[in-house]
Amino acid sequence: MGNLASRLRRVARLLGPSLLSLLVALVASGIVVALAGGNPARAFLALMQGAFGSADSLSEVGVKTCPLLFTGIAMVIAFRAGVWNIGGEGQLLLGAIAMAWLGSRLALPDWLGLPLVLAAAAMAGGGWAALAAVLKRQRAVSEVISTIMLNFVALQLVSYLVHGPLMEAAGQYPQTDAVSAALRLPRLFATHRLHLGFLIALGVAALAQVLLFRTVLGYQMRAAGLNPVAARLAGIPAERCAFLALVLSGALAGLAGGVEVSAVTYRLYEQFSPGWGFTAIAVALLGRLNPGGAVVAALFFGALDAGSFSMQRAAGISSVLVSIIQATVIFALVAVEGGAWLATTRARPEPSVL
Amino acid sequence: MDQAILTGLAASTVTMAVPLLLAALGELIAERSGTINIGLEGMLLMGAFTALIAAYFSGSSALGIGLAVGAGALFGLLMAYFVVGANANQVVAGAALNLLALGLTGVAYRAVFGVTGSAITVRGAPAFSVPVLRSLPVFGAAVFQQTLLGYASFVLVPLLAFALARTLPGLALRMVGENPRAAEAQGVHVKRVRTLALVACGALAAAGGAFLSVVYANTFVEGMSAGRGFIALAVVIVGRWSAWGILLAALFFGLASSLQFQFQALGVAVPYQLFLMLPYVLTLVVLAGYAGRARPPAALGQGYRRD
Repeated sequence: MGNLASRLRRVARLLGPSLLSLLVALVASGIVVALAGGNPARAFLALMQGAFGSADSLSEVGVKTCPLLFTGIAMVIAFRAGVWNIGGEGQLLLGAIAMAWLGSRLALPDWLGLPLVLAAAAMAGGGWAALAAVLKRQRAVSEVISTIMLNFVALQLVSYLVHGPLMEAAGQYPQTDAVSAALRLPRLFATHRLHLGFLIALGVAALAQVLLFRTVLGYQMRAAGLNPVAARLAGIPAERCAFLALVLSGALAGLAGGVEVSAVTYRLYEQFSPGWGFTAIAVALLGRLNPGGAVVAALFFGALDAGSFSMQRAAGISSVLVSIIQATVIFALVAVEGGAWLATTRARPEPSVL
Repeated sequence: MDQAILTGLAASTVTMAVPLLLAALGELIAERSGTINIGLEGMLLMGAFTALIAAYFSGSSALGIGLAVGAGALFGLLMAYFVVGANANQVVAGAALNLLALGLTGVAYRAVFGVTGSAITVRGAPAFSVPVLRSLPVFGAAVFQQTLLGYASFVLVPLLAFALARTLPGLALRMVGENPRAAEAQGVHVKRVRTLALVACGALAAAGGAFLSVVYANTFVEGMSAGRGFIALAVVIVGRWSAWGILLAALFFGLASSLQFQFQALGVAVPYQLFLMLPYVLTLVVLAGYAGRARPPAALGQGYRRD
């Protein structure tokens, strides 16, 4: 039974920090609710009810989880490879642009059209990330800054497109035309909004698990992320791994945007994303940089998102309370992780093993 | 363009530049000490909110700005607790700080003012004009008729440039950002320097936020910093980590956003989004070295641990 005990200890070590950070976040946000003159118990109850109270609210949790899961997995892959992709938001928007543009203009048979436009969305996101990846590789520009800057360029690009070339034919609102019916991801149940994209996201999580832990490329990416100097000494092309991880990460974020347009909004407009690309960082960290963990974390934040408006209605506490919970989770996790391998960015001064 | 338009453009350029300048000078201090502070946006927002609340309830914009600076310093301390104390990743901690500020200001604003239809307004800080210089053409009114906070932001430029280049604390700060181990060997307390730098950064960024709410808009809206903290990050890079460079970059970005308003008002058919993209694109160009190489402090972004 020693085996069982050691396995339990491993699980505890893996889950401990996440559970602890959730506890800290709940206490901290409860205090904020109380300070804001609300009743924490009532607020959390309303939140739970909003998230899990009915079949429809459960379906909404799935809908809100979807973009967080795609982008969360995107961050897991990048962070594992030691690449600090802060540009999930911009990459997601590029994917949404591709979907909204092609989806409203393209006429293709169903079986071909949908996979094609989803691929285009992923390519758009990946291409946007590739700009940062090229700058990093060719000109040694830190991806932290370049991806942040590209977020804002993408935001303005969306604003320009929906007011200009891609504005709806009716010309009334600054939004694109609706995606044609054939290019919409089908719903899983006729009466709820939960859609096929949710299952695709779960599939992507499984693929990411295989990539990271069952393939040579994944092994090399993780090695490069842990210690680029040691990886290079061991003959692993660390720069190439970082490049690929960033582009792949961008592609998944682009897919998030494409799926959201194709399955939920059908259109692109300003303020399309409530900051999914940033919440994704919290998803990846809370999931301890594991795809499986990211699934659980995305469901958690998805439930918070879905329940936050019932909380606002029932308890009078602004739904942005969710941001505080996200922030506290991240803070608690990085404080616990402090010295561990999450701590440093690109350069580790000394190889730890060799 | 006639003189009235140019005068208006100059005034609006300076007004748009002040919050960027304050936040960017703060970020300069932090980055020169080796910390990249992505949480600048959150500090700006926190400053804007605190200043408005305090000014609203006390009726004094000066008190509002003062308390905002204090709140910003506290946020700097919080950031330092994680990135200097716990050696957490600077990028991740900064991103969390932004989320925290967004949440705190949103919840608190709703708790204090409810869901009122009309915006809460305060009387703005008074402007003081410099007698003769004020009547200079075009730039006179823009530069020499400002609030004290506006003047202070410009006076800070030569002061900071001098302090960084010619004083011992400035030298210590730069050493910590370039080579913390060497600095420690020289007897410089690396963690203390980085903590103080973040506190100063928070205070200045919050002052920029206070300028937004109490001087410029006279009100607060959720998320009113609207990405200015990130533009300030860009200002530091385009200004190549020097106080004078930052002044020029802040004015240039201020001009870009003023031109956007002017063009919209004049009905010029240039997509205004191009102007709003400019700071970010320019930053990428500068970083890539296509417009002369900009070199960040050598230890920027790296945690420090004593052996």
